[in-house]
Amino acid sequence: MLTTKIFFRKTKGGNVFKTVREHYLRNDIHCGSKACKRCMCKTRNIILDDEDSSVKSSKITEPYYLLIDTNIILDQIDILEEDVICNVIIVQTVLEEVKHRSSMVYKRLKNVISNPQRKFYVFVNEHHKETYIERNPGESTNDRNDRAIRVATKWYNVHLDLDDNKIKTVLLTDDARNKELAEKEEIPAISMEDYILSLENSAFLVDKLCKKSYSAVCEGPEFFPCHLTPSELHNGIKTGKLVQGTFQASRENFLEGFLNVDGVEKSIFIQGRSNLNRAVDGDTVAVELLPEDQWSSPSDIVLQDEEETDVDNVLEVKKVVDKFDSSNKMQKTRTGKVVGIIRRNWRQYCGILQLSNIEGNVRHIFVPAERKIPKIRIETRQYTVLCKQRIIVAIDSWPRNSRYPLGHFVRALGEIGNKTTENEVILLEHDIPHSRFSDVVLSSLPKMPWNVTDADLAGREDLRHLHICSVDPPGCTDIDDALHCRDLPNGNLEIGVHIADVTHFMRPGTALDKEAALRSTTVYLVDRRIHMLPDLLSSNLCSLLEKQERLTFSCIWEMDKDANIINTKFCKSIICSRAAMTYDEAQLKIDDATQQDPLVKSLRNLNYLSKKLKKKRLDNGALVLASPEIRFQVDCETHDPIEVEAKKLRETNSMVEEFMLLANISVAKRIVEEFPEYAVLRRHPEPPVANFEPLIKAAKNQGFTMNVNSGKELAASLDECHKENNPYFNIMLRILATRCMMQAVYFISGMLQPSDYYHYGLACPIYTHFTSPIRRYADVMVHRLLAVCIGADATYPDLLDKKKNHALCQNMNYRHRMAQYAARASVALNTHLFFREKIQDEEGYILFVRKNALQILVLKYGLEGTLYLNKDKNSDVTFTYNGENHSQTCGNTVFRTFDPVTVQISLNRSNVQHEKLIFKLVKPFIPGFSVPAANAESCRMAMEENTKETAKRKMETDKVTCNKGGGSKKRQKKRKH
Amino acid sequence: MIEAENIEDQNGLRPDGRRALELRQIRVKMGVFGQADGSAYIEQGNTKILVTVYGPHQPRGSTGRNTSNISKGIVNCQYSMAVFSLSSGERKRKPRGDRKSQERSLQLKHAMEAIIHLEIYPRSQIDIYVEALQVDGSEYCASVNGATLALIDAGIPIKNYAIGCTVTLINNPSLEDEDNTLEKGVLDANYVEECTPGVTLSVVALPNNDSTSKDGLIVVAQGAGQRLHLSQFESLKARVLYGCQDIRSILDHAVREYLTEQSLPSLFHVALN
Repeated sequence: MLTTKIFFRKTKGGNVFKTVREHYLRNDIHCGSKACKRCMCKTRNIILDDEDSSVKSSKITEPYYLLIDTNIILDQIDILEEDVICNVIIVQTVLEEVKHRSSMVYKRLKNVISNPQRKFYVFVNEHHKETYIERNPGESTNDRNDRAIRVATKWYNVHLDLDDNKIKTVLLTDDARNKELAEKEEIPAISMEDYILSLENSAFLVDKLCKKSYSAVCEGPEFFPCHLTPSELHNGIKTGKLVQGTFQASRENFLEGFLNVDGVEKSIFIQGRSNLNRAVDGDTVAVELLPEDQWSSPSDIVLQDEEETDVDNVLEVKKVVDKFDSSNKMQKTRTGKVVGIIRRNWRQYCGILQLSNIEGNVRHIFVPAERKIPKIRIETRQYTVLCKQRIIVAIDSWPRNSRYPLGHFVRALGEIGNKTTENEVILLEHDIPHSRFSDVVLSSLPKMPWNVTDADLAGREDLRHLHICSVDPPGCTDIDDALHCRDLPNGNLEIGVHIADVTHFMRPGTALDKEAALRSTTVYLVDRRIHMLPDLLSSNLCSLLEKQERLTFSCIWEMDKDANIINTKFCKSIICSRAAMTYDEAQLKIDDATQQDPLVKSLRNLNYLSKKLKKKRLDNGALVLASPEIRFQVDCETHDPIEVEAKKLRETNSMVEEFMLLANISVAKRIVEEFPEYAVLRRHPEPPVANFEPLIKAAKNQGFTMNVNSGKELAASLDECHKENNPYFNIMLRILATRCMMQAVYFISGMLQPSDYYHYGLACPIYTHFTSPIRRYADVMVHRLLAVCIGADATYPDLLDKKKNHALCQNMNYRHRMAQYAARASVALNTHLFFREKIQDEEGYILFVRKNALQILVLKYGLEGTLYLNKDKNSDVTFTYNGENHSQTCGNTVFRTFDPVTVQISLNRSNVQHEKLIFKLVKPFIPGFSVPAANAESCRMAMEENTKETAKRKMETDKVTCNKGGGSKKRQKKRKH
Repeated sequence: MIEAENIEDQNGLRPDGRRALELRQIRVKMGVFGQADGSAYIEQGNTKILVTVYGPHQPRGSTGRNTSNISKGIVNCQYSMAVFSLSSGERKRKPRGDRKSQERSLQLKHAMEAIIHLEIYPRSQIDIYVEALQVDGSEYCASVNGATLALIDAGIPIKNYAIGCTVTLINNPSLEDEDNTLEKGVLDANYVEECTPGVTLSVVALPNNDSTSKDGLIVVAQGAGQRLHLSQFESLKARVLYGCQDIRSILDHAVREYLTEQSLPSLFHVALN
């Protein structure tokens, strides 16, 4: 089997070490083709078809396989993801290069490879006796790899020819030199553009071609200074002349940005087009500091509006910038200019096409939804279709002589303003993986119909005789927890929390597990759920449905009547839930004294104990925080929201919550005991005192003192604040307090000192998540750890790999945050939909007083918005801001935090991408500023004004589609397949 | 550094191009060292070990004085790693005396005591010196193999070959399984594979002559600090014994070849006299 042995040497940075590794070459690697009769056959690895199933190409007459060069994968991954391209050979050299260059593309490529329908075969050329080549003296690694790719192509052609197969293997490369050399060696080679253009029905693919070489635009004046070469950058950073950091564009102004340097608190300010020098948000760049006399400061917020209305006219904006520069001479910050890009962080962006009046033009400007991203120039022949849609675009390059970066069209999401489209946009913008579960993932699911077998029962405790029930919000399909409580002979109570045993179905290392780890959490939008697990698990096999036998992981305590834990036991078990109730139903059962069956009794006991537990917890210093949460009543037909209301809480909510907290804490203690280095925990860092400043000031203005030295004192002072005339005062204070907090995060216990495990909000020294494995991956990890602790399951190497688990935690934290943002965005979207057709007056309270605005909270809708003051320069109504006690004064009206106001809410739809709610003051009445209370007439007027822009766009697009609608529609249809 | 993920990229091949159950190339030289009573040099891939055997001779030094057990011979093992032996390129500070080498010495002693007929050497001592010249994974196992060969070269009667082999549990379901009866784990790990998370089990076995039965486990040394669940142990054991069997036949072949090469002329000479 083993043939030769070659030595590799490797040097690492700094010290030069010689590393010698063995490299075995083999003669038993299959070429992967069905047509091949020479390779030793192994059925599972034959991927490439022998028939002519590749797409017809006018350039290649015979049946062919494609062998793809690295640059194609890196640049054209969007096209490779299209189903038409199949029968592709990826050599290992290429795969490794891709992995080194871009982990994102690598992941996407792996996805394509793992789909058997696509027929992508990985050929391990580096270990094949005949295709392995050694680097020649003087040859660069790159050249060597190019040669290796050519050798592999040649080998394929010779190899398949031996059997008289007609199949040719074509090298697909955009590297001109590689192509030239290939042609010299008589290897068939073709460039991506030629190949795509030669395909039948290629129109929709052409748009997706990466515009790396966009010759036509490359003429004309140069807008930007040159970037330095990598070696210059390297030297500059080494000598300290240049600073390396992550560029963050300003949300308000695309001509400004900051450079965040690792380990340095103060960021460097960058302003102006040529100073930004083609840096895009998120890029790692090198910056040179400007001399001090050229320093400037961020311009004011006002620019935002002007920029929005007139983005294109850069000169004008520039002038405004200058104007603000002169006015703000006093507060100058460190300013620099970008001299080079170290690593691009380009991804795909979501947005719309800018309207263009020239018919038949293929070059268009794309406006991203995110304000931080510059406009992108793309080429498309489908303008008529795309101008009404939200689309996704990727950036390819940004030459010096192009004002905007060049990109290509990736795909269309759907019509602007359509709810599914907007949901899609939310998901994309928050980087939430939401595609359908792949077949590989689904194949690792248990086969239906599923029944409990004896094998499942082994090692489980049979708890089917217990009166177990679950309590959840209405409409909940993924029930992951159930409870029971019963009297013990010794007078104590036995309480059990039973959590769905997801790890029983989701074995480590399977495709299902990997997918779940990637998703990390279920995302809840107002009208849509993106599950972490496939439906079969999340709403059937793992969901603890009523009167169904389900596998669970139980945590069982013995408690005395004062809710002191006597002992704790964990076990895998099997249960049969007696009832799946909603919070309301459970509450009714508890309150109804006539009901006396065991289930109700156990509910009452649970409720009784939970109150004790809660009291203990609060006495300990746990915080009760509030955030405005709202619920939409959605029309079941159109899925448009009809009514908005704030969420209500009942006693049973807190009952379930208490026991879940208790279970989480018990489990956390246990897994840390067993795995002091590897336990997955959750901590909530104590916020620095400075964070509380707004809270302290706001309370002080109302005559209360806040003690923020510890969580306990804060909780106590929050409890004391009540105002007779303002029933919402306490809630608003709590909302403010919540804003001061830090984010809770997952971490691996070995990475921190035990004193840092503390959970500030819950005031407990250790905490983890155990109770919702259906919707959180952290819980899955905890389940696995706990299962090993109690000997119910086997370990596997990755379980105890600190680094990998740390990476998983990072991912979970990131996904969790994004899921929260997405949920908020979804609420905002629905609020907008709700206000689309109406203008309403609502009672609200001032939450913050800002320099030029009031932050208003409308409790009825849990809605927060900004009421801008001093907006109109020509108006004679002026507000004076007092920074000392946070108040705004106009005439004899004073606005302070927590003051009640009445505002008029309407929706401004003038900007198609960013619809926003407009707040106008109604009460207290200030002449010249306030608006009259809403009535039907003013409503209609405002509506018309607002929708003018939208209508304009619609009309225009309608007109164009009328002209040549037929053709474009047809094209659109084909694209979908 | 090549990561374990690479295996996915390579259609089930390990980072150096082997399949799960393949060993590295084993090269053996016996009698490389005239001064010693027996010596052997063994290469398992890039792991290179030199073993010398002195004795049996009169007990010397501290081991000699402590003659509590005079009915049996004493085995004295010393395991040392050359300062230049590490494959990561760093230099080791001391060749021996650290915890790792002491532990290795002790384990080696256990293995050797298990195969030598010590009862025929009362009041005598056998010294086994192991020098690891280059280390690229599985060095303990290679040194056991080398020591066995050196004992043979020294003409000390042994019961069976003591064969060392490592098995590493790499968590990878996609790893190609040639033989489904042997579940998972890769044999004869090199340095890169030993560094991956997962358990590396070093096993010394006395494999039987006939390749059908597999038994005779003696020494187990555990590598990486992870826990191994008992349920996985049996399958790993099956694999590693399969590997030991293979190594045994390679060594056996080498010994026979060496003996025919070396012995024939002298036998001929004796016969002539």
